[in-house]
Amino acid sequence: MAIKTEPITINLGPQHPSTHGVFRLRVTFDGEEILDVEPVFGYLHRGTEKLAESRSYVQVVTLTDRLDYVASMSNNLAYVRAVEKLAGIEVPERAMYLRVIAAELQRIASHMMATGFLLNDMGAFATPLMYCFRERERILDMFEMLCGARITLSYMRPGGVFQDAPDDFWAALDTFLADEPGYIGELESLITGNEVVLARTRGVGVLSDEQAVADSVTGPMLRAAGVKWDIRKADPYEVYDRLDFDVPIGASGDTFDRYLVRIQEMRESLRIIRQCVERIPEGPVRPDLPYNLRPPEGDAYAAVEGPKGELGFYLVSDRSIAPYRCKIRAPSFINLTPLKKMVVGWKMSDLIVIFGSIDVVLGEVDR
Amino acid sequence: MGRWIVSLDFHSIYEFFAAGPVFGWDIPGWLAFGLTSFVLALLVINALMISTALYTWFERRTLGRFQVRLGPNRWGPFGILQPIADAIKLITKEDTIPDEADRPAFTIAPVLLMVPMLLVVAVIPLGKDSFLGRLNIGVLFIVGVTSVSTIAIFVGGWASGNRYAMLGSMRGVAMLISYEVPMALAIAGVLLLVGPSLPAGSEGFADVSSLALSKIVESQVLPFLLVTPLAFLVFAAAATAEMSRTPFDQIEAESELGSGYHTEYSGAKFAVFQLAEFMAPIVTAVIITTLFLGGTRGFDPVPGQAWFALKVFAVVFLLLWVRATWPRLRIDQIMGFAWKGLFALSIFNLFLVAVEIEVFRGVGGELSVDTLWIMAAINWPVTLVSIGVLSLLARGRHSRRPEPTPSPLADMYAEAD
Amino acid sequence: MTRALDGRDVARRINEAHAGAAVASNDTDVWVEIGSLTDVAGFLRDTPGLDFATLTSVTAVDYVEHFELVYHLLSMRRNHSVVVKTRLFGRDEPAAPSLVEWWPGADLQEREIWDLMGIRFESHPNLKRILLWEGYPGHPLRKDYLG
Repeated sequence: MAIKTEPITINLGPQHPSTHGVFRLRVTFDGEEILDVEPVFGYLHRGTEKLAESRSYVQVVTLTDRLDYVASMSNNLAYVRAVEKLAGIEVPERAMYLRVIAAELQRIASHMMATGFLLNDMGAFATPLMYCFRERERILDMFEMLCGARITLSYMRPGGVFQDAPDDFWAALDTFLADEPGYIGELESLITGNEVVLARTRGVGVLSDEQAVADSVTGPMLRAAGVKWDIRKADPYEVYDRLDFDVPIGASGDTFDRYLVRIQEMRESLRIIRQCVERIPEGPVRPDLPYNLRPPEGDAYAAVEGPKGELGFYLVSDRSIAPYRCKIRAPSFINLTPLKKMVVGWKMSDLIVIFGSIDVVLGEVDR
Repeated sequence: MGRWIVSLDFHSIYEFFAAGPVFGWDIPGWLAFGLTSFVLALLVINALMISTALYTWFERRTLGRFQVRLGPNRWGPFGILQPIADAIKLITKEDTIPDEADRPAFTIAPVLLMVPMLLVVAVIPLGKDSFLGRLNIGVLFIVGVTSVSTIAIFVGGWASGNRYAMLGSMRGVAMLISYEVPMALAIAGVLLLVGPSLPAGSEGFADVSSLALSKIVESQVLPFLLVTPLAFLVFAAAATAEMSRTPFDQIEAESELGSGYHTEYSGAKFAVFQLAEFMAPIVTAVIITTLFLGGTRGFDPVPGQAWFALKVFAVVFLLLWVRATWPRLRIDQIMGFAWKGLFALSIFNLFLVAVEIEVFRGVGGELSVDTLWIMAAINWPVTLVSIGVLSLLARGRHSRRPEPTPSPLADMYAEAD
Repeated sequence: MTRALDGRDVARRINEAHAGAAVASNDTDVWVEIGSLTDVAGFLRDTPGLDFATLTSVTAVDYVEHFELVYHLLSMRRNHSVVVKTRLFGRDEPAAPSLVEWWPGADLQEREIWDLMGIRFESHPNLKRILLWEGYPGHPLRKDYLG
């Protein structure tokens, strides 16, 4: 006699330890196996794009802090670059170097978060997470020296940065650059060769390169699929064309590759920062601009390689002091496109790990 | 008056009650037996509760150190009163029962999980004259009683009427039942050694069943950890699964299921679940100590109980270390590990020990200490090799990582055509 | 450096394949007739030399007298990009063809545009509101929306 079974549907979230915020997945299981996934968004929707239409160009910077709230620097950078492109503003060289340093520090912090939470999703009892947080903490301390804030930074302004870095920032940065490779190595020795991690991540949630390109996936997820594409190299902005660094890629596009690419990117970021520290010139960090910018009529799209992927801002100006339209191309949001293809057929535990390896931040998904 | 309980074992307490009037009362034999049992049960349960409370503090502090943070340090010196604060908090919280829940089953589940933990400790010999330690089905009793917790977990998850809890308990039942097999087989390997390795001079144990834990302890002139390391490792892994801790914490799986079978529990019921859960490592450590580390045996000036506590502490710390550093396996990997890995290892171990005993035993069937050392010398390399072979087999295709090759879909340096 | 293709050049090539599809162009953008959007999508994606395999971003702008859909296309293989725009007139039930069939990456973004801007995408596999809930009154990013 055949036993009668039926699929069960579970609401994963909006309150769930592994959804990295308020996110909901309506999952249909056959026992432990996933038959269908339907993501439900919007729990953190604050209407950032609408709010931006009633704020001046400088004020919008504070809104961008709250998109991907673990990588505010990158958000700031993407936005101010779009404004500069729209208004045709020249950025002083020192400011460009400071921006690159800040953005790369932010990338390390964000990848630390991603790695830590990935391991937490895998069930490691918070130990790798705490190791990652310790390093992130040091970066946040440095951000505090730069601009007085730790999370919602608003460090960048159209045309430059808010202020020059103080002396103690450079001292802290030197210490950080000196011992961070050791700490990343320590973290890797805990994770990379771990049999359980390998068993849980190798071959799990594979995203092929063609799928990734067609689904507009960007960032570490795209590179883990073997696609060597990094906006910092492909379309260099700020001073990236003068810096020497590699773009790590993965071999098979599985969860392990997404983890490993992030670890390697942290090392590359350190390389970038080191070169910036050597080369940064003296000079002003912010040109004298009117507080209320009135860019000429038109539109502009500028993107940066954020920690999660291509973070772009599409601004339309009608010569008023506020953007007529401010569209945010949020990598976390678009990277969720292939989620269903990646998880169907895997088990519940894999769903959590695959979702963790995509590394979404709900502030950016819901905007 | 003038009579005192001379030592805390069954006989002396029984004698205290039965030998004459206590506070002017004559106590019949059956009542004395009952009172003695009561006193001992009170002692065991309270000792276990208090050590569990201390253990929660120890675990959280130690985990804190593992995780580059402090852990609870506000209440009392070094935060040692934290468990009391926790208990007060949990007990005074509202005890909710969901509408969907099966009320009687929902209420009984925490108790059902708690009781086996306490029962197990009853048969552990904490001294040479332990009464229940000589229980002739001692090991069977432990294996049998611990499996009741499987039922408790299923009842708790099912009665909650919550799908997360249901998933957790379904996983739990599958996993716990699977891991009982290698656990029992690992114990069987130990039991083979118990009779033959009983040293001369412990005649009192000759007619005691080999399943009695007292006799197991008495036989460990050389701790069985040294003689059969494979059995120890299999047992430790299986026991980690039995108490559902990383890397086998499928039942709770916090990052997946919220908190598994006790998702819906709150207040005092939750407190009992937590207590049982924190008691599990202690109980496991107690069993491991008794079966593999020679229980109360030690060097003379230090009393046996102190040795016992020390060994339990060491095992608990080891379990904690594993918990702090390992991620969790997936449910099918866990089942595979039980049936393809541990099961095979434990059968192999049983075979190995049986053959060795057959080869090395003396005229009267006994194993001398020298032969035990020889067995240890054989078993250690065999253990390492067999685990190595097994892990190589398990890794298979996952051991090689192909060299990353850039996909032809992108070319960052492409120039305009 | 990602080369932004000259819109006039792309418009010429589109019109060679699908006469009349590209209605206007300047040095960065191409304006496409709404009716031939799917033809243009297929052409841009599959023509060797163009190879626009990735739809970076889709967005809609409300210019009050018309809506404008803006498609940012990228070819990672050739490292060049182009901006395709199309105009929709009428405020009541503006509709555009869905491009999910050509670029699956448009899936969530088109749902977002439907949700916030109220432009319906015909033949989208799952056109439901995404950030707001079903039954939310109005589409907040429209200029006439009064929150």
